[in-house]
Amino acid sequence: MANLIVKLHDIAHARAGDKGNRLNISLIPYDGTHWPALLEQITAEKVHQCFMHRGATHVQRYELHNLKALNFVIDNVLEGGVNSSLNLDKHGKSNSFRLLDLEVTI
Amino acid sequence: MAESILIGCGAGFSGDRVDAAQAIVKTLISRQKKSVLIFEMLAERTLALGQLAKNQNAQLGYEPLLEDILTPILKDCVAHHIPIVSNFGAANPSGAARLIQKLAKEQDIHHLKIAVIEGDDILNKINLSELQIWEGDLELSISADDPIAANVYIGAESIAQALTQGAQIVVTGRVADPALTVGPVVEHFDWGWQDWDKIAAATMAGHLLECGSQVTGGYFADPGYKDVPDLANVGFPIAEIFEDGRVIISKADNTGGLVSIQTVKEQLLYEIHDPANYYTPDVILDITQVALTETGHNQVELTGAKGKPRPDTLKATVSFMGSWFGEGEISYAGQNAGNRAKLAANVLKERADKLDARFDYRLDLIGAVSVLDSNKADLLASMPLNQLTDVRVRMAVNGADKKNVERLMNEVNALYCCGPAGGGGVRTSVKSSVRTVSYLVPRSLISTHFHFIQEN
Repeated sequence: MANLIVKLHDIAHARAGDKGNRLNISLIPYDGTHWPALLEQITAEKVHQCFMHRGATHVQRYELHNLKALNFVIDNVLEGGVNSSLNLDKHGKSNSFRLLDLEVTI
Repeated sequence: MAESILIGCGAGFSGDRVDAAQAIVKTLISRQKKSVLIFEMLAERTLALGQLAKNQNAQLGYEPLLEDILTPILKDCVAHHIPIVSNFGAANPSGAARLIQKLAKEQDIHHLKIAVIEGDDILNKINLSELQIWEGDLELSISADDPIAANVYIGAESIAQALTQGAQIVVTGRVADPALTVGPVVEHFDWGWQDWDKIAAATMAGHLLECGSQVTGGYFADPGYKDVPDLANVGFPIAEIFEDGRVIISKADNTGGLVSIQTVKEQLLYEIHDPANYYTPDVILDITQVALTETGHNQVELTGAKGKPRPDTLKATVSFMGSWFGEGEISYAGQNAGNRAKLAANVLKERADKLDARFDYRLDLIGAVSVLDSNKADLLASMPLNQLTDVRVRMAVNGADKKNVERLMNEVNALYCCGPAGGGGVRTSVKSSVRTVSYLVPRSLISTHFHFIQEN
């Protein structure tokens, strides 16, 4: 079967939450059969690249095999966070949909 | 049927819907089980805003919407023995309790037992320079100014004690959000405070409830991908916690929204960093072994929460007066709007850089790229502008001197006459901001207690 390249948004959902200058984004496949593809392809490095323009300094990926979910913790990505960010979205809530713009091969 | 307790949540932040709790209360009454109603209303800086309000008027400093929230449901809760537990006391729990007393009198409710929890406020009581800064805030510059508020996230023990002694309302200031749930649950089952897996289960339930509708279809809908029925009437959540630590999440009857494996997974991970080590004052929660099962329509069961002994330090949020924050916007629409908007942004940049003053600013083209971009507009640089027909230029400014910030807002306003063709709809605002830093406080320095407010 030919490999198919799709947007993460087609096969997974995500939610962003902030604490200080740190953002976490969960990434959850709709269908468990796509879990291995996420595990293999959506690495901490790839997510770091995705938020490099915002000055992210470190990305930690946590794997929740029981729930089939990934949790990315992205440091210093909020340009000051709720405290001092000049961004219209100081909490960074919209960034889950930037993550979902990444491509994945299924 | 194992013995259980229902915890309904009527608010997930300060400013949440004031009519959400009525459907929750109706549902709790109809289910005819031991029930408690909670409201979570304190974000990181809400308490600082309360402290500023209290500085102006010593009677204030509690949740501004308190009266609107309680008036429709107080009588039913009292009549049906549903205690109310909330951090709506903010910077002035005693003031909130006095207002509730007044509301009760107006509704002919007598001898209401209102408990006030104290011990979270450490302003002027602990020397900040002796405390460690929380790891996520290490890169923040620390203000030399006096803090305007300093509060520790305290645990659930005083809430449980107050309920044991018959409190019908428990008013707190800063507590850990899940503690609003953990207190009533531990009190109900008479669990030990070292029964870590049980405390973990209650904490997980509290974590799922604490943002209100975020577990019942709020902050979730994505049309065509994640559809939510009747979002305009999204129902708020109810957690049923069982003696064995099982948790079932559902929502108020006859409301919109959705409880599904997906909504619960998203909220379970919301604002979680290491899922094996979620620090709260009452337990370190591990959700890595949690299993979810859909047990009915809009009903999800969670099992497998694990707990580790509670940490020796508590987190404190300390707030300082921040800088002045200005925002100004102007719209360009129709033919060549993108390029006219870009020209307007360039004009603002040139005018700002000419000023001999210290401030930070940022320019966005809303409709091209804004919230996902960086302060340096890296994404905008590669964005084609020719096809755009409705773009709003936004300038945001942070500065210590209000005059400078106002001056830049004047520059946005001046684009009416001095900017590109067809610019309209200028709005500007200048506000003071509050900034917060999180510290770690040794538990041994904190003691919490409660007292009942006496009837006048």
